[in-house]
Amino acid sequence: MADGGIGAAITRKEDRRFLAGRGTYTDDINRPGQVYAAIVRSPHAHARVKSVDVSQALAFPGAVAAFTGADMAADGVGGLPCGWGITQIDGSPMAEPPHPVLQAERVRHVGDPIAVVLAETRNGARDAAEKVAVEYEVLDPVIDTARADADGAPRVHDEARNNICFDWQIGDAGPVDAAFAKADKVATLNLINTRMATCAMEPRAAVAEYESGTGHYTLYTSSQNPHVIRLLLGAFVLNIPEHKLRVVSPDVGGGFGSKIFHYAEEAIVTWAAAKVGRPVKWTAERAESFVSDAQGRDHVSKAELAMDGDGRFLALRVSTHANLGAYLSSFAPLVPTYLYATLLAGQYATPAIHATVRAVFTNTVPVDALRGAGRPEATYLIERLVDEAASVAGLDPAEIRRRNLVPPDAFPYQTPVALAYDSGNYAETLDAALKDGDYAGFETRRADAKARGKLRGIGLAAYIEACGAAPSAIAGQLGARAGLYESAEVRFHPTGTVTVFTGSQSQGQGHETTFAQLITERLGVPVENVEVIHGDTDRIPFGMGTYGSRSLAVGGSAIARATDKIVAKGKKIAAHILEASEDDIEFSAGTFSVAGTDRTLSIGEVAGAAYVPHNYPLDELEPGLDESAFYDPANFTFPAGCQLCEVEIDPETGTVEVVDFTAIDDFGRIVNPMIVDGQVHGGIAHGIGQALFENCVYDGASGQLLTGSLNDYCMPRADNLPSFRTDTRETLCPHNPLGVKGCGEAGTIGGAAAVMNAVADALKPLGIGHIDMPASPYHVWQAIHQSRNKTA
Amino acid sequence: MYEFNYRKAASLDEAKDLFSKGEDAKYMSGGMTLLPTLKQRLARPSDVIDLAAVPDMSGIAVTGDTVSIKARTPHAVVAANAEVKKAIPALAKLAGGIGDPMVRNRGTIGGSLANNDPAADYPAAIVGLGATIHTDRRTIAGDDFFQGLFETALEEDELIIQVDFPIPDKAGYMKFPNPASRYCIVGVMVSSKGGNVRVGVTGAGACAFRVKEMEDALKANFAAEAVEKISIPDGDLNSDIHASAEYRAHLVTVMAKRAVAEANG
Repeated sequence: MADGGIGAAITRKEDRRFLAGRGTYTDDINRPGQVYAAIVRSPHAHARVKSVDVSQALAFPGAVAAFTGADMAADGVGGLPCGWGITQIDGSPMAEPPHPVLQAERVRHVGDPIAVVLAETRNGARDAAEKVAVEYEVLDPVIDTARADADGAPRVHDEARNNICFDWQIGDAGPVDAAFAKADKVATLNLINTRMATCAMEPRAAVAEYESGTGHYTLYTSSQNPHVIRLLLGAFVLNIPEHKLRVVSPDVGGGFGSKIFHYAEEAIVTWAAAKVGRPVKWTAERAESFVSDAQGRDHVSKAELAMDGDGRFLALRVSTHANLGAYLSSFAPLVPTYLYATLLAGQYATPAIHATVRAVFTNTVPVDALRGAGRPEATYLIERLVDEAASVAGLDPAEIRRRNLVPPDAFPYQTPVALAYDSGNYAETLDAALKDGDYAGFETRRADAKARGKLRGIGLAAYIEACGAAPSAIAGQLGARAGLYESAEVRFHPTGTVTVFTGSQSQGQGHETTFAQLITERLGVPVENVEVIHGDTDRIPFGMGTYGSRSLAVGGSAIARATDKIVAKGKKIAAHILEASEDDIEFSAGTFSVAGTDRTLSIGEVAGAAYVPHNYPLDELEPGLDESAFYDPANFTFPAGCQLCEVEIDPETGTVEVVDFTAIDDFGRIVNPMIVDGQVHGGIAHGIGQALFENCVYDGASGQLLTGSLNDYCMPRADNLPSFRTDTRETLCPHNPLGVKGCGEAGTIGGAAAVMNAVADALKPLGIGHIDMPASPYHVWQAIHQSRNKTA
Repeated sequence: MYEFNYRKAASLDEAKDLFSKGEDAKYMSGGMTLLPTLKQRLARPSDVIDLAAVPDMSGIAVTGDTVSIKARTPHAVVAANAEVKKAIPALAKLAGGIGDPMVRNRGTIGGSLANNDPAADYPAAIVGLGATIHTDRRTIAGDDFFQGLFETALEEDELIIQVDFPIPDKAGYMKFPNPASRYCIVGVMVSSKGGNVRVGVTGAGACAFRVKEMEDALKANFAAEAVEKISIPDGDLNSDIHASAEYRAHLVTVMAKRAVAEANG
C-alpha cells in the first residue's frame, strides 16, 4: 500500500484552499447579468395576509421585478414537499398541510416568506423589499410544545385538528405495563429537549440561471444533498425535468443538518431566473438564517424506568411531544419517530419499551434534523433517566450502567424498538472512559473544588447512535419517499491518476481526504494522485448526500464496491498482457502479479493499457477503466461510546465550567484518526453548546424569536471548552465492506447528556433535582436560589 | 444598510461644520456600534462623519495623579499601555475585556461613552473612578455624564476630546458577561482614594450608577465582607432573557465583593 491509506492521520487535502481563503462557496459564485433577490418575510408569528402590494417596490430605482405567492400560483408552482410520511397509531396518514413557497393567504411563523423583490444590487433589493406593502390581520399564535394540542389553542393549519400532525408509537405497551406492575423501583423524569438553531458558519445561499436557448436551469445552492434538491425542486415544485435541471453545491461551510432540506429560496430564485431571464442570487443574512433555517430538537417528554431490586431495567415507558414548527420540513416526521424512539433502548438490555410520540404544529420556524437528529434527544432522555434511576436504586451511576449494558456476546442484539444492533462492546468503552477520566479519583477533586468554593460534578453518557439509515426497502415501508443508498464512480485516467465521483456531499468533513485514502488503501494510488468530486448533479451519479454520519459507511462503501470492480477488470487486462490465466492474477498495493512469478504490472500500466488498447482483449472486454457502484446497506451502523464530563459550578453566579471531558468512541475501523478526532471535538462542542448555552426562545404571546441574533443566541466558544481527552475502541461493522460506522454526530449525541448529568451531580448536595437545559448561569442560579429559599 | 453620505473630517471644526449641515448626522469614532446598527438597518443617518482623520485625538498621558486618555484611543491601546497598567491596572483590565480583539482594535473610549450602551464596560470606570470628561466646549464630571438609557449630558453636536481618570490608591473591576454577547450583565468598578470610595455599576440599570450604601460600608472597612451582605433594590434594574432584575441585583453584590478583593490584591 502507498502511504496514506486506512489509518493514516494525513492532513486534509481541502484545507489548503479553506485555510488560504481560496474556497468557493455559493456566495462566491457570480453569474453575468445577475440580479439580487430580497425576500419579504412576515414580522408576525400568525396572521392572515389581507393584501400584498408590490407597486412601490417596483418603482424603487434599480428594482427589476417583484413576485408574490399569487404570481407563483398562477404559474402552477407546487408546494414544498415532505420526504417522509408517518402512519398514525389508528392507521391513518399524518396531517400533511400544504407548504406554499410564498404565502399568499396566511403566515405561520416570523420569517415566513411572502414576496421576493429582484434588483440590480443586493442593498437595492433590500431597500425595494421594504416598500412592499403587506396588510395583515394578526392572529393569536401557538408556541408552546406541550400545550399546542390543548383544546382552544390557536390552529396553525386547518388540516391539523388540535395542531396534531401525528400520534405514533413504537414497542409493545402490554409487557411494559406488566413490568411496571411488578417493578421494585421506578425512576421518573420530566424533561425538555431545547430547541436549537444550527448557525452554520456559511449562511444559506442560492444562485440560479436559466438558458432560454436550451431550456436548462442551473441552481447553485449551499446544500448537503444536491441530487435530493434537484429531485424535490424539479419533480415536485417547479415541474422541471431532471435532465434540464443541474444543481451544484460547491464548498459548503457547515450544514449540521440544516442544509439537507429543500427550502423556499431555492425554488424562488430558480423560478424567478426564468421569469426575468437573468441569473438571480440570494444570500441569507444571519438574522434571516435564524427565522428561515430549519431548527432542531424541541421535545417535551415524560420518561419512566421500571427496575427490579438489583437495579436491573425491566421496562421503559416514554411519552413525547415533538414540536415540528409551522410546516413540515423535508424530513421532519422522520426525526422524532424512527431516528428518536428506535434509539430509546440506548446501550441497555431493557426487555420492554413502549414510546408514544405526538408531533404538533406551532407558529415557529420548522423543525427538522440537526446534528444527531433524534438520537441526541433519545440519549439525553435515557442517560438522564439512568442517572435518576441510579439515585432511586442507591447505585453508583457507573455501576447501574454496567449492570444493564447489552453484553458483548449478545450481538446481533434485537432491541424492543425495531433496531438490531450489529456489533459493539459497551463495557469496554465504559471502562476506558472511567479509567482515562479517573472516575475513581473524583471525590478528591470534588473536595478540592469545595475548598475553592466550587461545586464539582461528574457525569456519564453511554450513547449509541444509528448511522447510515438503511436498507432502502425497510425505510420505504416505514414512510421514506426516497432511497438511502449511495453512489460512487472511480475513474482511472490513462496516466494512472484517479478521479472519484461521490454522491456524498462534504460540508467540511474532509471527504476529499478520507475518500482518497480509500483509493490509496484499495488500489495503491497515492493520495495526491486522487481527486474527489462531489456536489454537481451533472458530474456525479445520482447520490443521496451527507447526513446521519453516513458518508463513509454508505458513500465510502460504494467507493469500495467500485474499487472491487476496478480490480476485477484490471485482473482481466493484466492476465491478457501478462499472458496468464485470470485466476492466477493477484492484486496487492497497486500491483497485479502472476502468482508464484515475478511478472507484474502496476495499476497505472493497466489503466494505460485500458485507454490505449493496443495489446488488449478487445473481443471480450471494453476499453477504459471507469467503474460505478451503488451501495444500499443491509442495516444501519451502530457507533457507540462513553463520555465522562466534569463541571465546576460557581454557586454565587451559577456559572458552569466544563473542566474535564473524556470521550471513548467505537466508530468501527477508522480511516483518518486526525479527521475523526476533529469530528469528535466539534461534536462535543455542539453537545456542550446545547447543554450550557444554546436555546431558541420564542415569546409565548407574540411568537417573536427572542434569540434571533448571535447577541442573544449563545454559541459555545473556544474559551468555553476544555481540552478534550479522546480515544477509540474498535468493533467492526460486520455488514459493510469497510467495517466502518460513522463519527460525525457522536460527540453531540452524548455530549449534552454527559454535561447535564455532571451539572445534576454538582447540584445534588444542595438538594436540587433535575434542571432543564441550558444550564446557563441564570438558570443555574435560579435553581440554587430557589433551593436556598426553600431551606431557609 | 440604508444609503448615507460618508464624510471624513480633517479637523474638529470641519467635523462640527459637517454635523451642522447634515439633516440627521452621526459622528463615527471606531464605528463598532454604529456600523452593526447601520447594517441591521436600525439607524438611518443622513451623514456619517468619520473622525478618524481628525489630528491629535488619540493617545495616553500619565501625569502626577491623573491618567488622561484621548477620545479616539482604542481599547486595545489602553489595555496594553504599560503606564495605565501600573497606574490603574483595573482600567487596563476593563479595556482588555471589552468585546473581542477586532472590537478592541477599532472601538474607542470616546465612542463608547458617547453611545452609553447600558451594558458597556467603560461607564463603570467613569463613575467608579470619578473621571472627568473634557469635550470640545466644557468639562463634565463623570457623575453627571450618564443620564439614562443611551442618554448622556452631551449636546447633540458635542464631541468628547479627552477623559481624565484620577489615579486611585487601589481599584478593582469585575464583570459578569452576557454569555452570548459578552457585554456586561453586571460590571462593577470599585476604587479607594484618600479615604473616598467609589462603587460604579454598569449593565444592571438604564445607565451606570454608584451604590452609596456600599461606598459607605467600604469607607469604614475596605474589605470584601463589608459589601457581601449589601443588596441593592432590583426595582429599576434591567430584566431580559439572560438575567432577571433580581439576578442582576444579586450579581452587583457578588461582583462588588470580588472587585474589592481584587483591589486589595
